[in-house]
Amino acid sequence: MSAKLILTTLTMVLTFITVGNLAQAADMPDQVSIDAMSVLFEGVEFDHAMHTELGEDCSACHHHATGTGTTDERCVSCHANSDEVASVGCRSCHASEPFSAEHINRKSEEIYKFHIDMPGLKAAYHWNCIGCHEEMDGPTGCQDCHARTPEGDAFYHSDASSASTSGKSGH
Amino acid sequence: MSGISRRRFLAASVAGCTATALAGPRKALASGSFTGYPDSMGVLVDLTRCIGCRSCEAACNKEQQLPAPDRPFDDKSVFDETFHGGTQKRRTDENAYTVVNRYDTKDAGPVYRKVQCNHCSEPACLSSCFVNAYTKTPEGAVIYKGNVCVGCRTCMVACPFHVPAYSYSSAIDPVVKKCIFCYETRLKKGLPPACVDICPQEALTFGKRKDLIKIGQQRIQTNPGRYVNHLYGEKELGGTSWMYLSSVPFEEVGFDPTPGNEPIINHVKDFLGTVPMVLAIWPAMFTGFHLLAKKQADHDDHEHDAEKQHGDEGGEQ
Ligand code: SF4
Ligand code: SF4
Repeated sequence: MSAKLILTTLTMVLTFITVGNLAQAADMPDQVSIDAMSVLFEGVEFDHAMHTELGEDCSACHHHATGTGTTDERCVSCHANSDEVASVGCRSCHASEPFSAEHINRKSEEIYKFHIDMPGLKAAYHWNCIGCHEEMDGPTGCQDCHARTPEGDAFYHSDASSASTSGKSGH
Repeated sequence: MSGISRRRFLAASVAGCTATALAGPRKALASGSFTGYPDSMGVLVDLTRCIGCRSCEAACNKEQQLPAPDRPFDDKSVFDETFHGGTQKRRTDENAYTVVNRYDTKDAGPVYRKVQCNHCSEPACLSSCFVNAYTKTPEGAVIYKGNVCVGCRTCMVACPFHVPAYSYSSAIDPVVKKCIFCYETRLKKGLPPACVDICPQEALTFGKRKDLIKIGQQRIQTNPGRYVNHLYGEKELGGTSWMYLSSVPFEEVGFDPTPGNEPIINHVKDFLGTVPMVLAIWPAMFTGFHLLAKKQADHDDHEHDAEKQHGDEGGEQ
């Protein structure tokens, strides 16, 4: 690993869940628990340190938030030289409840502004993770990342016989 | 027909003519002026985001307390099920208000499409129902009153998307069953439907319909090459609350490509224009029916006698 990369890694402010800012750089977690929505599936212990080594730069996941520049052509016109934001955690921008009345009303009021179509937290994770994992041959199956809970088994009716073809459901 | 009822019907048709004349401008207003409730909600379905996980099916099953499925909701083998000699994929029914189907497309590989009631702005099911079992709520849902439904199947035939199904669990009291946008448990409380809530991919975006149209158009514009340039449901059949974006032409993923933009109701509006007239002659008509029924009852009694002298009555009716 180049000295530059180590330096970048060390100075990056990267937390997915907790609030992060420059002053907290020393507290940057190597591991992040993504468990805010774990009901049907268990939380994910995200190896942040490992992913920071894999990623070419922070913007691959953090867009313009880490102040490392972005190359996404939909973002560069405004964010090519954006500073690091106060809080780079995913949930600082991606709402865990994107379809709450509050969010929907705000979207309605700001419909001619940018960022009206920002995905919620759950989708932001899945797009980022699965998109990259498909390219890099990482895990993509649901349970490759988070084991299903007993509640999840009941939800998916995993006890229903897979072999049964007698029913006509869905026809 | 007796002299009395003939006179009454004559009077009624005069009243009817007056009513028709009065109804002229009202009819013109009624047809085509309804563009939907301004703040009604909808869902934008982005087929390019769906991964066919079927979590939405499971969430619907739980939310609507539907019977347990034959196969688990994470069983992907259901995508291979076809009906009618392979021409038809899975459809919604009384046990499943939503189903996800897979289409193996030439250019985009597998594309998944979720099917459910589209909650039309001017629903054919609603306009076809003669007992007024259906309601389009200001929130956008097309709901129905099971206790009013007489199980006549008219809405089933009228729906351009083959959505309403019937529960025959009670043979004498079949009742329509379909997606109600989680109206009772969620929508009317300002919450997204269960399928939207569970979707890991945000393939389903819940919001105000008018905003979703802008968001849909923006997605097409800002992602060149990702979508065909069409937001299905924005205009089709007078507009639907559920609208779709796709990477492949819509007919390749089972959509009717030419449903037209006219709501089904416009095809029957000439008939519906007679409704005010019907209302005007209603009292007279019921009097007529009453007299007819009375006459029929008399006749029935008469007929019982007549049965004994078979054939004598033949020419009278
Ligand atoms: S999709 Fe069919 S059942 Fe649903 S509102 Fe439209 S006509 Fe009615
Ligand atoms: S939950 Fe979402 S991604 Fe999964 S099948 Fe349904 S629409 Fe597609």
